[in-house]
Amino acid sequence: MLKKISAVVLGGLMVTALAACGGENGAGGSQPDDGKITLGFAQVGAESGWRTANTKSIQDSAKAAGIDLQFSDAQQKQENQIKAIRSYITQKVDVIAFSPVVESGWDTVLKEAKDAKIPVILTDRAIDSPDTTLYKTFIGSDFVLEGKKAGEWLVGEYQGKPEPVNIVELQGTTGSAPANDRKSGFADVIKADPKFKIVASQTGEFTRAKGKEVMDAFLKANKDIDVLYAHNDDMGLGAIEAIEGAGLKPGVDIKIITVDAVKDGMQALADGKINYIVECSPLLGPQLMELVEKVVAGESVPERVLTEETAFNQEQAKAALPNRQY
Amino acid sequence: MAGVIRHRFFWPVATLLILLVSNLFFSPDFFAVEVRQGHLYGSLIDIVRFGAPLILVSLGMTLVIATGGIDLSVGSVVAICGALACLRISGLGDQNSVLGVLLAVGLALGLALLLGAWNGLLVAQAGIQPIIATLILMVAGRGLAQLITDGQIITINSSPYKLIGGGYWLTVPFSILVALVVFGFALLLTRRTALGLLIESVGGNAEASRLAGIHSRRIIFTGYVFCGLCAGIAGLMISSNVSSADGNNAGLWIELDAILAVVIGGTSLAGGRFSLGGTVLGALIIQTLTTTIYSIGIPPETTLLFKALVVTLVCLLQSRAFRAKVFHRRPMPPPAQPDRQQEPKVEVPA
Repeated sequence: MLKKISAVVLGGLMVTALAACGGENGAGGSQPDDGKITLGFAQVGAESGWRTANTKSIQDSAKAAGIDLQFSDAQQKQENQIKAIRSYITQKVDVIAFSPVVESGWDTVLKEAKDAKIPVILTDRAIDSPDTTLYKTFIGSDFVLEGKKAGEWLVGEYQGKPEPVNIVELQGTTGSAPANDRKSGFADVIKADPKFKIVASQTGEFTRAKGKEVMDAFLKANKDIDVLYAHNDDMGLGAIEAIEGAGLKPGVDIKIITVDAVKDGMQALADGKINYIVECSPLLGPQLMELVEKVVAGESVPERVLTEETAFNQEQAKAALPNRQY
Repeated sequence: MAGVIRHRFFWPVATLLILLVSNLFFSPDFFAVEVRQGHLYGSLIDIVRFGAPLILVSLGMTLVIATGGIDLSVGSVVAICGALACLRISGLGDQNSVLGVLLAVGLALGLALLLGAWNGLLVAQAGIQPIIATLILMVAGRGLAQLITDGQIITINSSPYKLIGGGYWLTVPFSILVALVVFGFALLLTRRTALGLLIESVGGNAEASRLAGIHSRRIIFTGYVFCGLCAGIAGLMISSNVSSADGNNAGLWIELDAILAVVIGGTSLAGGRFSLGGTVLGALIIQTLTTTIYSIGIPPETTLLFKALVVTLVCLLQSRAFRAKVFHRRPMPPPAQPDRQQEPKVEVPA
């Protein structure tokens, strides 16, 4: 506790000292002397492998772009993130970027950033504030598009086959944005053809254990399942075990589509146990740094930037697997 | 007939049967059990197989609650033990080496005992309230599990380890056998020796028990150690079932399910009275309910509401005051502490 207090006091002293120095040249402090851009980034935490890869991508690409990165980890707590953003405002960084832990409650602190004339970039997750002037741009994946890509592959796979296709769906955590959007994107695409029928849809909470448990129940309740659509790789991996336990061949007897493309999922895809994976990439660092440079230079940026993402079939997975970072 | 209805297992058993039978309307061959791939296969098998970790955690929880305590840290212990075992196995040169897996399992269970002992020390020696003492490990334990897994999901490929939670022995799921052995062991120890009586005595009044010559602290301490061990075995099962350790999600909220199972089984949260058989029934009811939700296709948005309604119904059916009011069989019991005053503290070997 004492350590924390002294750190805060020390930090405060340093900020005051810096402000005093900056006050002399009258440049407003937004441009430090060495000409390097300073980016304050407030990360959500380190709750998953996906997030760890996300953090590493941002740190590596900041170094590569010669951007001075101030990084903080909020440990999944909004108050920590707000504290971090406030400290970036006091430090007068050039740009603030963050992945909001939750959607709401950001107006006050973002207003402070706006008043201090520090541009804000949202990464990976959106906020629900009606005032879009609070941030410059939002870079991240489009979950609806991911669902659509999954649906399009399915439509292509069953083209010219009139038999009905029975689909079971493993949803992500109920109410989360990726679960809602991946579900609706997928449903939008397949509803065009009545032969596609979702016979069962339950939440697997994005985990392997639940994925296996729910798939086991699906297999007992529905005798004829053709396709499994899982909202992430982990649930798909759990379901594969259930399918194997039932004496069926995953990828052959039941075709499997998942989203994410983490390493374990790509391995299963290369092994032929999954048929198609839509990528949801955490590696948005390089794109973020590009945006940061543009914003500092005063160039206009689009309000919504999509992460560069692709999708993999089994052959592409074999090729991509050796270089997979997460 | 009246004797059957009055038996304390009547309502839990009735609930379980109603849940099972209601599945028949949605999948006609719900009760079918066949041999597939050289092992038993069917919905009923799934229920006990996926219920085994919950049964284990609930058994440990029963004894802790019987001493008048509670253990909120079981979910974290589940995550820590699964993570440690998987980490050790992933570091083995040959992941299929039985000796290496045994060592990893031994190490993880050793840690589980240690974590249980930590809880026991805080409660029995330091005199911290159980809910607070175990809350510490509940919160810190998740962090510890994350630290072990480095925030990643550790995937392993080890057939000996797979046996614990996902394998079969003589066509029977191994996890069920493990749960049975632990259940039998606990039953034997508490009902064939004086230990059960001592636990109930401590749970009823720790100070009076101490004055009567019972080592109250030692009994409470042992309860937490046993609970830690049970959670540790459950952790191995859960991670072995999917051949991976997820520090973030493994065993999440299992403490709530376990407490619920204990209460449905007729153990008093005030301590001093417990039923291991009832707890197993309670855990099976919860798992059956979960499976039922999947097979009859309750939309995920309303799953929790549905679960809550069923649980409320079960609890109401078990409440004598409620039954008396609704069925007009008995006069109203006194409102204060209705349950404990009515049920005579006569122990039937479970």
